[in-house]
Amino acid sequence: MQDKSKIVIGLLIFLVIITFPIWYNLAGGKATYRPDLKYVTDAKECVAPTDYMTSNHMDLLNEWRDEVVRDKDRVYMSFNGNKYDKSLTNTCLDCHSNKADFCDKCHDYMSVDPYCWDCHIIPEEVH
Amino acid sequence: MLEKALQGDKRYWTWIGILVVLMAIAGIFYIQQFNKGLTITGLSRDVSWGFYIAQFTFMVGVAASAVMVVLPYYLHDHKAFGKVTILGEFVAIPSVILCMLFIVVDLGQPMRGINIMRYPTPNSLMFWDLIALSGYLLLNVVISRVTLDAERRAVPPPGWIKPIIYLSIPWAVSIHTVTAFLYSGLAARTFWMTAVLAPRFLASAFSSGPALLILAVFIIRKFTKFEPGQEAVKKLSLIVTYAMLINVFLILMEIFTAYYSNIPEHMNHFQYLFFGLDGHNNLVPWMWTSVILAVVSLVLLINPSTRNNNRTLGFACVTVFLSIWIDKGLGMVVTGFVPNPLGTVTEYWPTIPELFISLGVYAFGLLLVTGFYKIALSVKEDYQLKEEKHKKVIARTSGA
Amino acid sequence: MSIDRRKFIKMASAAAAMGLSGFGAFERVLAEDIIPEELPLTGKRWAMVIDIRKCAEQEDCHECVNACHFHHNVPDIESREEEIKWIWKEQFHNVFHEQSYKYIDEELGHQPTLVFCNHCDNPPCVRVCPTKSTWKRDDGVVMMDMHRCIGCRYCVAACPYGSRSFNWKDPVPDIDKIYEGFPTRCKGVVEKCNFCAERLARGIEPACAMACKHDALTFGDMADPQSEVRKLVREHYTLRRKPGLGTEPQVYYII
Repeated sequence: MQDKSKIVIGLLIFLVIITFPIWYNLAGGKATYRPDLKYVTDAKECVAPTDYMTSNHMDLLNEWRDEVVRDKDRVYMSFNGNKYDKSLTNTCLDCHSNKADFCDKCHDYMSVDPYCWDCHIIPEEVH
Repeated sequence: MLEKALQGDKRYWTWIGILVVLMAIAGIFYIQQFNKGLTITGLSRDVSWGFYIAQFTFMVGVAASAVMVVLPYYLHDHKAFGKVTILGEFVAIPSVILCMLFIVVDLGQPMRGINIMRYPTPNSLMFWDLIALSGYLLLNVVISRVTLDAERRAVPPPGWIKPIIYLSIPWAVSIHTVTAFLYSGLAARTFWMTAVLAPRFLASAFSSGPALLILAVFIIRKFTKFEPGQEAVKKLSLIVTYAMLINVFLILMEIFTAYYSNIPEHMNHFQYLFFGLDGHNNLVPWMWTSVILAVVSLVLLINPSTRNNNRTLGFACVTVFLSIWIDKGLGMVVTGFVPNPLGTVTEYWPTIPELFISLGVYAFGLLLVTGFYKIALSVKEDYQLKEEKHKKVIARTSGA
Repeated sequence: MSIDRRKFIKMASAAAAMGLSGFGAFERVLAEDIIPEELPLTGKRWAMVIDIRKCAEQEDCHECVNACHFHHNVPDIESREEEIKWIWKEQFHNVFHEQSYKYIDEELGHQPTLVFCNHCDNPPCVRVCPTKSTWKRDDGVVMMDMHRCIGCRYCVAACPYGSRSFNWKDPVPDIDKIYEGFPTRCKGVVEKCNFCAERLARGIEPACAMACKHDALTFGDMADPQSEVRKLVREHYTLRRKPGLGTEPQVYYII
């Protein structure tokens, strides 16, 4: 193991390189940046509590997708007894009609690229 | 043991270099396919499976053929195969990996391939094929690793490996049977819907696989000091002969049934293969080449003087391999789609990107075979050397 | 759904289709007939009866094809190799080639005949799919889940009718006018006629049947003895494609 020091130095260089984005953002003061999402609807509440929607909307959408496509089940009963059409483009985008300032902003921040929009058409007024 | 694959002369590294270059070219084409879709292939609405799936089918055969050395060696204690068995297993492992890769490159949505496991569907033969292939891969990895390790340490392999080896025998038959079922269970495609498809697949596998193994032995003799034994070659050549005879016999059965029954839906496909249909005859020259190669191979193999002559045997093995490759790797899959369910003919021919992607997949397989053989042969060469030294020592001591 | 409403929607669709045929310059068409909270159409065994004699009278009529392909964002791809189609016309002797013969009436032999997914009772495509991306619903509709499809094309090989299309490339650039009421597809998945499942869910008949002005297409519940489709197969001798395969296709042809 006479190469021990070389290995350690190599590992250190590797660590520095892969954590570079973190250092870069810290140095630039962007570490505390959070996307500022705009709500443009008059509706008082969503189909589920905001906390849940923020963290789990993708699960809900996956559920909706499977239920609509596979089980012919299109009506969603929300936590407070309201009925909704299980539809991304009709129900979600009806309130959140600012896709660019709402969906995209956060998705960009999280660096996720959902493929919903490859096929599901963004209504004209939202587009 | 792995380090053995990283030691080699200039020739070894040149060979590795060529394979890596081929893989890189395939990678570039695959990125194109990944981004643009399968539109870059010659496939169409009518012929929706082509070169990739045909190579998959062919390689399942090569993978299964390892059983032709494993069975006589372990079940009948046929000592002649002692030195080639590991070579057979080390062809089987890369072959199974190639099969899986050929499926992946054929998928329209490769990123979702995992869905086969997320939503297991026992009524689909593809589900069973995945189980058969991955099980076979696992079996061969375990068996070859354990037996080779025992050989390296010059001890007999542990007892628990025996039942696993026995299990691998029917399992090898199952991979090609299930692959045949993939096709032969489809009422829509009369060309494939024949009960002899699975036996035919097995016969063609058991001739092309051992033929490949004989060629591998010849190459090994040329490039290494290891001697797999002429007795093994002799026995393998007999296996190739019988399997090829059965293969040709089964094809003739198919042709008789189709033409004597005179059912157009059954004749059309053979018509397309050998004579062309509605003026479409892409495959005709290839199929006749396959026929001629098959005849030549049988003449050379049946005749004992040419079968026992290594030079003519090598040539016969090449003809067997090519004949079956054309039959399975070009004709079999595509012809199932010609004519289409509406009776019209759309022809298929692989495109340049498609061929290069396939070539890259094969290069990857050859890289694995090379690496594995390097390891196995280094171990065997060491063993052979030790044995010779040992004999010399005995000779000296007994002489003194 | 009352007959009046059905008629109303039929007229509305016809109006939309006219907009489609060149007068309307808009590129995108709003989902005019997607009315949520409408009761779905329910049936035990949906089926279609096609009277090809009526099609024969209207040689250049493609209303049903246009309506379907418009309402499902089916791209118009020129290359025959890569085209996507849910419903289209083939000559009679191709559609029923085992029932065609040398001396068949020339006109009937060349008669353009509508073909689409047969929504078989015993669908081979469903049997082979390794991911349950295609399955038969309890009302007989053979559905596709394009979210799950891995693009292995086993179903394409298994379909005895050539009803399935594969997206060899991204289809969106080849869609003339995007219809907002239905999603498009991505490359690498299989698609086919879905018997307008999305419309049945909203209480509306399939687009092709509604678009036909000549009563050539009749949609209904074959399991219901009182239904129109049942009446038609009672009154006429009908053909089905490749009945010998045991797939039990649910598209019936009056010739």
